[in-house]
Amino acid sequence: MKIVVLVKYVPDATGERRFAADGTVDRAGSDGLLSELDEYAVEQALQIADEGDDVEVVALTLGPDHAADAIKRSLQMGASAGIHIDDDAVHGSDVLATSAILAAAVRRAAPELVICGMASTDGTMGVLPAMLAERLGWPGATLGATLKLAGDTVTVRRDTDVASLTVEAKLPAIVSVTDQSGEARYPSMKGILAAKKKPVETWTLADLGIEAGEVGLAAAATEVLETTPRPPREAGKVVPDEDGSGATALVDFLATGKYI
Amino acid sequence: MSEVLVVAELSDGAPTKPTLELLTLARRLGDPVAVVLGEGAGSAAATLGECGATRVLSAADPALTDYLVAPKAEALEQIVRQVEPAAVLISSTPEGKEVAGRLAVRLDAGLLTDATDVDAEGATMQSVFAGNWTVRARVRRGTPIVTVKPNAVSPEPSPAAGAIEEVEVSISDAAKGARVVATEPKQASGRPELTEAAVVVSGGRGTAGNFSPIEDLADALGGAVGASRAAVDSGWYPYAYQVGQTGKTVSPQLYVAAGISGAIQHRAGMQTSKAIVAVNKDPEAPIFALADLGIVGDLHKVLPAATEEIRRRRG
Repeated sequence: MKIVVLVKYVPDATGERRFAADGTVDRAGSDGLLSELDEYAVEQALQIADEGDDVEVVALTLGPDHAADAIKRSLQMGASAGIHIDDDAVHGSDVLATSAILAAAVRRAAPELVICGMASTDGTMGVLPAMLAERLGWPGATLGATLKLAGDTVTVRRDTDVASLTVEAKLPAIVSVTDQSGEARYPSMKGILAAKKKPVETWTLADLGIEAGEVGLAAAATEVLETTPRPPREAGKVVPDEDGSGATALVDFLATGKYI
Repeated sequence: MSEVLVVAELSDGAPTKPTLELLTLARRLGDPVAVVLGEGAGSAAATLGECGATRVLSAADPALTDYLVAPKAEALEQIVRQVEPAAVLISSTPEGKEVAGRLAVRLDAGLLTDATDVDAEGATMQSVFAGNWTVRARVRRGTPIVTVKPNAVSPEPSPAAGAIEEVEVSISDAAKGARVVATEPKQASGRPELTEAAVVVSGGRGTAGNFSPIEDLADALGGAVGASRAAVDSGWYPYAYQVGQTGKTVSPQLYVAAGISGAIQHRAGMQTSKAIVAVNKDPEAPIFALADLGIVGDLHKVLPAATEEIRRRRG
């Protein structure tokens, strides 16, 4: 069977992240990497591949040239092939256009199962997997804290604030997994070497039958009006706790702020 | 005046506080119309009306709760096409966002998620990049679909009719793809809801698995309990209480971080709090750079002593 894992190349959250002049995320001015939350998706796909016979795991990314790094990392972890949708017209696409492009790409790749992370670490909307399911008309078993595949049925455990749900869907299906689904593996030296020989295809919008004018900043249904850096919080007083002075400082702070 | 659809969330038959906040925000844009997807409109209508809902649309098809997300989006699309609202407001819960995303696809309409405010023109404010930037945005195609985070406004009463109207929705087989085969309810903590609480006390690695000092201080302050990802990953506290990028984003009046170093993953979930207090043994912990008051010490000593002093002052 074929599993497609959607992987996103994002600015490193531990570095400084900013916006470009056109209100889009500045992807050139900061270091990037495979979104941590997508590593969980790769891991779940690889676990299925480890247990099953003849499972192909394809890492698919949509992004500019350097987004290839997200595929590279996935291949090093153990994915078998990559697809990179790389087209200048995509720049500035909103989530509607992004989901349309990815839906077309999934149709072309024709997997039985698509695994996504729960959200990207830059946009953090957490809506893409559901939108992809909607566009494809496939079941969406999303936000799984666990994922199991048996025959043609996927089962996820979805935890909400009030309940834990068990959700089943028939393939082909879209699933997303949370950071509770299990720690992602590190690439081994063997994996890093093997990745260099794995096939990566580059697709353009034309390959997917999408007109450049249907996507990108100008076609977006939403518009950023203004981006403003929040002034950094000013560090306050830092005091050592000596013979109970810490508790006194805490209670005095709470009393001054009328929290007690 | 045009109508604004508000998707109501119910808890034990009553509208949640974020739902009442949505109704309050919706009044800036038009006349709020509440939608209850699933059972419960009968018990919720009075409160929805008190907060401004002129009508309460009730769609009670069992498929809405037997299957995940897709039926709700399908029902909502049908309602939007009937009502032709100026906007659709939905709570920024994981499910609310997924419903909104699917609805945006079905209507080919612009979607804005995690708004912290919505003005009379429908422009939103969002807090992004771990709270380090704010973004003002608007929808420029289709019916604006906006998901709003808790605490965007205080719910204000504005009595309206709140008349229940049954709505027939038809759920296609295509929307019945992900079936909920089992539901295991979680035990309620008895504390305020984490994202709605005025005070949050969170524990991290420094608790070493003992959350009693965290819970006791939270209870003394009438607050909610949170946990860092390190504490959740260690199995010390349930995931539902995780504060941070992959958990809850909180913005309380007071946030107490105890035994939490303050990694970006955690800061993303709490740095818009009004006041921050940090207790940590490590004087180099990055959390101190955010804190209005930092205490370098052992939370197992500082918190119980502070809790006792708070109780003593209260008498």
